Amino acid sequence: MRKVYVDAIVRFTKDGDILPIAFIWEDGRKYMVDRVLDKRRAASLKVGGQGIRYKCRVYGREVYLYFEGGNRWFIESAH
Amino acid sequence: MERVILHSDLNSFYASVECLYNPDIRDKPVAVGGSVEKRHGIILTANILAKKQYGVRVGEAIWQAKQKCPDLVVVPPNYSLYIRFSKEVMEIYKEYTDLIESFGIDEAWLDVTGSTKLFGTGEKIANEIRRRIREEIGITASIGVSYNKIFAKLGSDIKKPDATTVITRDNYKQLVWGLPVSDLIYVGRSTFKKLAKVGILTIGDLANSSVLFLRSLLGKWGEYLWVFANGYDTTPVVKLEEAGVIKGIGNSVTTPRDLETNEDVKLMFYVLAESVAERLRQHNLKGRTVQVHIRDNELKSIERQAKLRKSSFLSGELAEKAFEIFTANWTWQRPIRSIGLRATDLVTADTYTQLSMFDDENKRIKLERMESSIDDIRRRFGHYSVQRAVALTDSKLNCNPIEENIIFPLSYFK
Repeated sequence: MRKVYVDAIVRFTKDGDILPIAFIWEDGRKYMVDRVLDKRRAASLKVGGQGIRYKCRVYGREVYLYFEGGNRWFIESAH
Repeated sequence: MERVILHSDLNSFYASVECLYNPDIRDKPVAVGGSVEKRHGIILTANILAKKQYGVRVGEAIWQAKQKCPDLVVVPPNYSLYIRFSKEVMEIYKEYTDLIESFGIDEAWLDVTGSTKLFGTGEKIANEIRRRIREEIGITASIGVSYNKIFAKLGSDIKKPDATTVITRDNYKQLVWGLPVSDLIYVGRSTFKKLAKVGILTIGDLANSSVLFLRSLLGKWGEYLWVFANGYDTTPVVKLEEAGVIKGIGNSVTTPRDLETNEDVKLMFYVLAESVAERLRQHNLKGRTVQVHIRDNELKSIERQAKLRKSSFLSGELAEKAFEIFTANWTWQRPIRSIGLRATDLVTADTYTQLSMFDDENKRIKLERMESSIDDIRRRFGHYSVQRAVALTDSKLNCNPIEENIIFPLSYFK
C-alpha cells in the first residue's frame, strides 16, 4: 500500500464544512466524488498518515480520501 | 462523592508519531533526536524497543545511544507535527469532559466524575479513549484511573503501552506503595537523595513516615508529598492552556539566604536566566518580553516587565534586561526573599527576524551557538561543569533551577 497525495477540488460551504468534489489521480485523470458518505477523524496505519477521513463514492466505488494537517489530501493506493 | 480522575500519557509520543508516519521503521528501534546535523545532538525520546531492549535513554547523546544500538533510527524532531497531534488528542478528551489539565505536550488529567452517568465507569471511559486514540490518531496511550490526580498519574506509568490501570482505595497499597519514591510526582533528584539518606525509599515508606518529620526534612513539600503518598490529595483538575501553547517560560527561587545587594541580585538573575534560556532553547522558542518578580522578607511582592529590542533566548540578554528592570524599580526597603525571571511574548526560534542596523548579527549568532554548546556540555557533564564567573562569587546562591527546583503546574497555586 502506498500513500499518494493528490490534487483535490474542494468545496468550502457557507456553513463552514469542507467537502471534496473531485481529485486528480496519478494517471492525470480527474475523478468526481459522487457523494460523501462519511466523515471522521482517522489514522491510516496502512500507509502512515492521519487526518479527517472522507468516505467517498467515486464512480460506484468507495474510496477513502484523507484530509491531512488541514492542507493536503491523500489516498491509500493498493499498488 | 468520590471523584473519577484519569491521567492519560501518550506512549513515547514523538517516536510514536514518527513511526505512524513511516511504516518502514515501526519494527525498528527508533529515537527522535535533536538536530542530527549538530555533532552533539541528544535523544529527545525513543520507542519502547529502543528503550527496553537496547537501553537507549532520553537525554543521552546520540552517539552514546548509537553505541548501545548501532541500528538505531534517529529522526529529527518535527515540533509542529507533534503540537498538531497533541491538539487532536485533546479534541477527543473534550468529548468526555471539559475539565482537562495538560501536563506537557503528551500528558493530561481528565476529571470525568460528571461524565460517568453518560459514559460509564472511569475504566470504561479510559478504555474507550484509548481505542479512539489508536484508531483516530494512530498512536497509543496509557491511562491511569483513580480518585485523585497523584494516583491516576502513577497508574498511567504502571502498564505501557496502550493499557488502563485502575487504582482504588482497596488496591493502592499493593500497586502504589511498593513503587520507588522517585516515581512520585515532584520528587526530583535532590529530594530523592534527602529521603534516601533517612531510609525512605518507597512511596509506602513516605506515606508511613511522620508528617512532622517530613516537614522538618523538606519544608512544606514534606507535607505535600505525604498527602500525595497517602492518596489524600484533593487538588482539582484545572482547565489550563492547551498543550503546546506555551505562553511564557520562567523560573523563580526562594534564595537560601536573603538578598541584600545589587550584586546578589545580579548573580541570581544570571542563574535564573541561564535556566530560562536553556528551556527556551529546548522548546525552540525566543522571548521578547522579560518579566521580573521580587518578593521581600515580609512577603510583599512586585512584578515588572519590559521589552527586549529583539526576541532572544540568550541568557546574557535576559539577565541584563532583568537587572535593568530591577534597578529601575526596586528601592531596597527590605531584603529580598524570592526572585523570579520570566520570558513571555514567545516566538519560535527560527522565525524570520528583522536585521537591525545597530546590532552585530554575527556576534549574536556566535552567542547563540555558544549557548547551545553550553547546553550540550551541561547535559553530558552536569550543570556545574561550565559556569559564569559571577556565579562563582557566591556558592550559596549558585543553584541549578532546572534540576533542583521543584517545577510544578500552576494549578497547585490556584
